[in-house]
Amino acid sequence: MNTDPLAEIGDEYCRRLLQDMIRIRVFEERCAELYGQQKIRGFLHLYIGEEAIATGVMNLLEPHDAVLATYREHGHALLRGVSASSIMAEMFGRATGCSGGRGGSMHLFDETTRFFGGNAIVGGHLPLAVGLGLADQMLGRRGQVTVCFFGEGAVAEGEFHEALNLAALWHVPVLFVCENNRYAMGTSLRSSESQLDLALKAASYAIPAWSVDGMDVVEVTRATQRALASVRAGGGPMFVEFQTYRFRAHSMFDPDLYRSRDEVEEWKQRDPIATFSARLVAADVVGEDEIESMWEFARDETEEAVEVADAAPLEPIDTLEDHVLASEEVGS
Amino acid sequence: MNEETDATTGVVEMTYREAMRTALADALASDERVFIMGEDVADYGGTYAVTKGLYEEFGRDRVRNTPLSESGFVGAGIGAALGGMRPIVEIMTVNFSLLALDQLVNTAATLLHMSGGQFNVPLVVRMTTGAGRQLAAQHSHSLEGWYAHVPGLNVVAPATPHDARWMLPAALADPNPVIIFEHSGLYNESGPVDLGAGPANLDRADVRRRGDDVTIVASAGMVAKALRAAEDLAAGANPIAAEVVDLRSLRPLDIDTLAESVQRTHRAVVVDEGWRTGGLNAELAASITERCFWTLDAPVARVAGREVPIPYAKHLEDAAIPQVDDITEAAARLVAETGGPT
Repeated sequence: MNTDPLAEIGDEYCRRLLQDMIRIRVFEERCAELYGQQKIRGFLHLYIGEEAIATGVMNLLEPHDAVLATYREHGHALLRGVSASSIMAEMFGRATGCSGGRGGSMHLFDETTRFFGGNAIVGGHLPLAVGLGLADQMLGRRGQVTVCFFGEGAVAEGEFHEALNLAALWHVPVLFVCENNRYAMGTSLRSSESQLDLALKAASYAIPAWSVDGMDVVEVTRATQRALASVRAGGGPMFVEFQTYRFRAHSMFDPDLYRSRDEVEEWKQRDPIATFSARLVAADVVGEDEIESMWEFARDETEEAVEVADAAPLEPIDTLEDHVLASEEVGS
Repeated sequence: MNEETDATTGVVEMTYREAMRTALADALASDERVFIMGEDVADYGGTYAVTKGLYEEFGRDRVRNTPLSESGFVGAGIGAALGGMRPIVEIMTVNFSLLALDQLVNTAATLLHMSGGQFNVPLVVRMTTGAGRQLAAQHSHSLEGWYAHVPGLNVVAPATPHDARWMLPAALADPNPVIIFEHSGLYNESGPVDLGAGPANLDRADVRRRGDDVTIVASAGMVAKALRAAEDLAAGANPIAAEVVDLRSLRPLDIDTLAESVQRTHRAVVVDEGWRTGGLNAELAASITERCFWTLDAPVARVAGREVPIPYAKHLEDAAIPQVDDITEAAARLVAETGGPT
């Protein structure tokens, strides 16, 4: 019996996971530079350090599934198949952006891939996930799943508790993915929650829940496979907490005064890309040169996105009041 | 003698509650995507008995009780709408809707714009509004003007059984969020309903009574009071012909119909059960003034709720919200101060 997790998910799939994590990392690093150059404005929240979660989860989704994410969602959108150039154009405020320049970094949307946005109200999208799951259930769309990403800060919101209760009560096909990066802006979980076991909170609503190492893309993959299989089979909602850490500050406005340098350095030792790269090299799945070409691929993708976004037109001001009310059905 | 034999056509007399229930039953029967959810909408029959009997006919999936989680079930309604359903969410009163304000204002109203036109939200939300039943300060307010402030929402207030019957199908056919405000004092009121009329428009005001001396603008529960005030004004020693305009839609506001009326009468009284400061009346007065300044004989008069949380005791509650006499007096004063009736 084969118990090697790498062999279980296969060499090709491992390469894909590494490549996707690198794509997110490169894209996010470039966003930070572009923010410094004032090409990107507003709030910008980077996913650096947390790449294993979106990578592990998004690669297991089907086109008919629905995805909802937070304001830290560039990576999720990218792996959902929203083009790097339309994400970048959105952050540049251009007409060709994936939300027509009206959403920005925090509100990436894409109808064709059923990407229901970056939401900037913490916890506000959890009830939407329940409703999307309810629609799948009522319309008999068996096997479809709504995946809802949120941070650990959301568990303090009433909407978290209302949504989990409704999801369990109605047995809807929703996978709740908690990205626990330990800080809600500068507020640590320890200083804000009386119960630190987040899976226990979900379990209290009769939702199967467990906690997983979110710095290990293989662990993320295995946990998500297990959860998705159950949700797709009609087992009702599931909850997985991925323990992770953001290497950068909360946003570009954050001076990062609430955590120690040592703590950040300690977590950087567990960099999901560095550790997985080393593991794949040690297992002879990829060579150093192949990894270098993965970085090269990601840099090319990102640079092309920047060029395309830079050349993209601005939305004319006379369209300002468009999309306030729809004249007919769109999307869905 | 009533010769009407076909129950689906013709004009019949029914209560506002029956009209709304008929609309809901028809919506459930005619579109499988439609479902109702809210607190106690099933076995209990709805707090105001509007959904009584519906779950027996359509089942618990489609007449779906929710826990006391306003934000949760309104958000679920938005999600279900995004997923292809046509949810009708009932919120017990407008006061409770404040617990779902995040979902209504931050999400339902913004998704289409924020997504660059990719995701519309075909959601219908029904809720009661208004005072008059001695329910005190947390069950009696008229906050519909707050929602009328928000781009991305449609806000309507049926004031007659006919509109209660026919605004709902129009709201369901609209690709955008529509909030329907039902004044709790109207449910037992009867009126004619044209059963064959079909969906009503959701964007135009309606002149409920013609008159050339003064225009009285009202909505929801204030329309009936304005009509009674108009009768009193006509029956006075110095008869005044008041025109009564029922707003019907609070967003968008049909300023064209108001302006057409005021340009004829040269005088306007705006009536709102909500508070005066920053209220719907303020918007109406400003809009009428912008459009009709040179034809107005006097500043627009406001009749509004007093600036106090609605109290319990009957006499205090009555004093807190506009009554027929308040409207009559405001209109009579306006006419008297500007040369009397024509």
